[in-house]
Amino acid sequence: MRPMRLLGLKTFRHGVHPPESKDETSGLPIRQFPFAPLLIVPLVQHMGAPSIPVVEEGQEVQRGQRIARPDGFMSVSMHAPASGLVRRVALAPSISGRMVPAVYLEPFPGSTQEIEDGTPCPLEATPEEIIAAIQDAGVVGLGGAAFPTHVKLKIPEGKFVDTLIINGVECEPFLTTDHRVMLEESRDIFTGIRYLLKVTGAENVIIAVEANKADAAEHLRETFPSDLNGSVEVLQVKYPQGAEKMLFSALLGREVPSRGLPLDIHALCCNVATTAQVGQLLPRGRGIQERVITVTGPAVKRKGNYRIPIGTPLRFLLEHVGVADDVNRVFLGGPMMGAAAPSLEISITKGTSGVTAFTDTAAERTHSPVYPCIRCGYCVDACPIFLDPALLGKLAATEQFSTMTDEHHLMDCFECGSCSFVCPSHIPLVQRFRAAKAAVRKSKAGAA
Amino acid sequence: MANGGKTLEIRTSPHILSGYSVDTIMFNVVLALLPVTGFAVFAFGLAGLLTLSVALASCVLTEHLICRAAGKPSTIGDWSVTITGLLYGLTLPPSLPLWMVAAGGVIGVALGKALFGGLGYNTFNPALVGRAVLQAAFPVAMTSWIPGFGAGRFSSLPLSTLTLPFTAPEYDAITSATPLALWKFSREATATSDLAMGFISGSAGETSSVLILLGGVYLIARNMMNWRIPASIFATVFVFSGALHLVDPTRYASPVFMLFSGGLMLGAMFMATDMVGSPMTARGCYLYGALIAVVTIVIRTWGGLPEGVMYAILLGNAVTPHLDRWTRPTVYGAKGKEAAT
Repeated sequence: MRPMRLLGLKTFRHGVHPPESKDETSGLPIRQFPFAPLLIVPLVQHMGAPSIPVVEEGQEVQRGQRIARPDGFMSVSMHAPASGLVRRVALAPSISGRMVPAVYLEPFPGSTQEIEDGTPCPLEATPEEIIAAIQDAGVVGLGGAAFPTHVKLKIPEGKFVDTLIINGVECEPFLTTDHRVMLEESRDIFTGIRYLLKVTGAENVIIAVEANKADAAEHLRETFPSDLNGSVEVLQVKYPQGAEKMLFSALLGREVPSRGLPLDIHALCCNVATTAQVGQLLPRGRGIQERVITVTGPAVKRKGNYRIPIGTPLRFLLEHVGVADDVNRVFLGGPMMGAAAPSLEISITKGTSGVTAFTDTAAERTHSPVYPCIRCGYCVDACPIFLDPALLGKLAATEQFSTMTDEHHLMDCFECGSCSFVCPSHIPLVQRFRAAKAAVRKSKAGAA
Repeated sequence: MANGGKTLEIRTSPHILSGYSVDTIMFNVVLALLPVTGFAVFAFGLAGLLTLSVALASCVLTEHLICRAAGKPSTIGDWSVTITGLLYGLTLPPSLPLWMVAAGGVIGVALGKALFGGLGYNTFNPALVGRAVLQAAFPVAMTSWIPGFGAGRFSSLPLSTLTLPFTAPEYDAITSATPLALWKFSREATATSDLAMGFISGSAGETSSVLILLGGVYLIARNMMNWRIPASIFATVFVFSGALHLVDPTRYASPVFMLFSGGLMLGAMFMATDMVGSPMTARGCYLYGALIAVVTIVIRTWGGLPEGVMYAILLGNAVTPHLDRWTRPTVYGAKGKEAAT
């Protein structure tokens, strides 16, 4: 399928246009966040096996020191976000609502907090060495999915990648972390790209940026190293363009086969902040101790883009920036795909790209009455993977799960929420699909 | 803590909505119908006003009472039955006996909408169901027209309007033929400007094409109407009737006449586009529009009736589920396996 063009800018077909709400933070430079009195570093911050702690209670650690090692290939290392004392290695609440193993770390109050460097991994290293270094640096997808980056970069025998896409789309409303990273850390991004090109063997790199970040695109174009083979592509603003499947459609006109991998179409997509981390950490032999997070939303008083230590408790974070008295919802990520925080005792992880807090008034619009489906077709026009959400919604209401999966491709839904966003009847479509998918997975697991 | 010990709400994403709501969409359709409704009252005076009022009241009351009888909250607040009432009134001859107007309204909403389960579940456009029943039951009354802009239209009523139920209506000498009937039965063409502006006889709301288009364009601009449906109807009518006209201009009316006469404009803009009864896929909408256009022209040209828009749309409503199924788009990645190499 040919990529769509409107006004000369590429994009994918369908999708929605939520209010961008980025103006309040997009111009604010990244600022360092202070250390909380107690950092709680979960050992499950990524998709895959929990990391295994290598520190004990009462042990003193230095900032950047490894505190947990990967448990197998589908796992990564964890590093101390601060120099301090390991208080406990115990369970802690997580965004999923489950308790997960975590390291409780009390930073030394008077410490200079210098970062301990490890063994650098130079660009001249072999692809295998670079992959091992990325795993050891604890790098996961910072766009939100937190998939271990080194797993994605491991190209199996017989496969090849021709195009590396660096994802600076940031289509989620409110969030401006990638925007700031592109403006302030372009050198790290290009260093990261060199590592990624080396590992994947791709010949070409495309940095994808939406038109609402024209300044970032301009800056990247100006600083683009002349020896790199690639380009910066400005895309039309549309949600969910940051989903890699949509990006492949928009940029390359290629579709990832259902249940396949991007490798099947010889492409690989990596978030721009993740790329910057690779470029920053590997030459110094460091691991991830902090990340850039947009703290925003109508309930936040001092909105901004902050470099926040991993493990910072949500309660400390919100108290530091100040929130309105009538705050009633906090989510990690943006409002389209972000997960609601079940409590303020959870902490910031590598996958947290934003913290958005809403007040009662901002939440009102989602309390509207539910009407019957009037077959307006808005959801059909919105769904980026061409499902029929209206029909799926009706099937889900009557729990016809096998019809949903076998005839109507339920499992291809990646839960972007565009259907629920546009539905004038306020039918909780994507919410029903999530429940249906969970039920299908459960019954499959039960059958196996 | 900062939120004073209040509990946080936990919901799953998305946490924002587009702001579109069924009642706002329906209310805007009502707004879009107001110009043509006002013109109908202006053109047909008291008779137009009474026809539209009785049509609206009978539809709204029927829905309200059925909801009450079913022990459910009334749904008239979603504005959809207001649209039905207005559209139904606009499709009627302004001199139709009022008891027939009321009967058709009750039947249209009760049989065409409530019986199926209310808003969203009706297969057919309720306004057209009511009209179709009247067309079958009272063929003469449904094809007796008074001309618009009569001198005493604001002070007197046509004799037929106040006919007692179940008695045959009497007509004044002033009934006249619609442009379509003139063409069908005496091959007499009407000036295009008269058609567009509405200086003709016909149903209350089908006379002023310009005001109907205006309302439609407003809804399309607000993304509350699927533009593909009227576009497909107009294009198909133009091409099909144009081809016939080229073959024999004395037997087949010109495409411009076909577009601007009868209920085509109102039907294409406001009734075929009823979201509940029209397809959801883009290709489905084009096919649906083309089908309605072809059936309309076939009935107008070769059928026994001078007008066929109503039956064409009802047929379109009936095949909508099939159109949706046949035109379902290929899911992302479904065809990727072969293309991947």
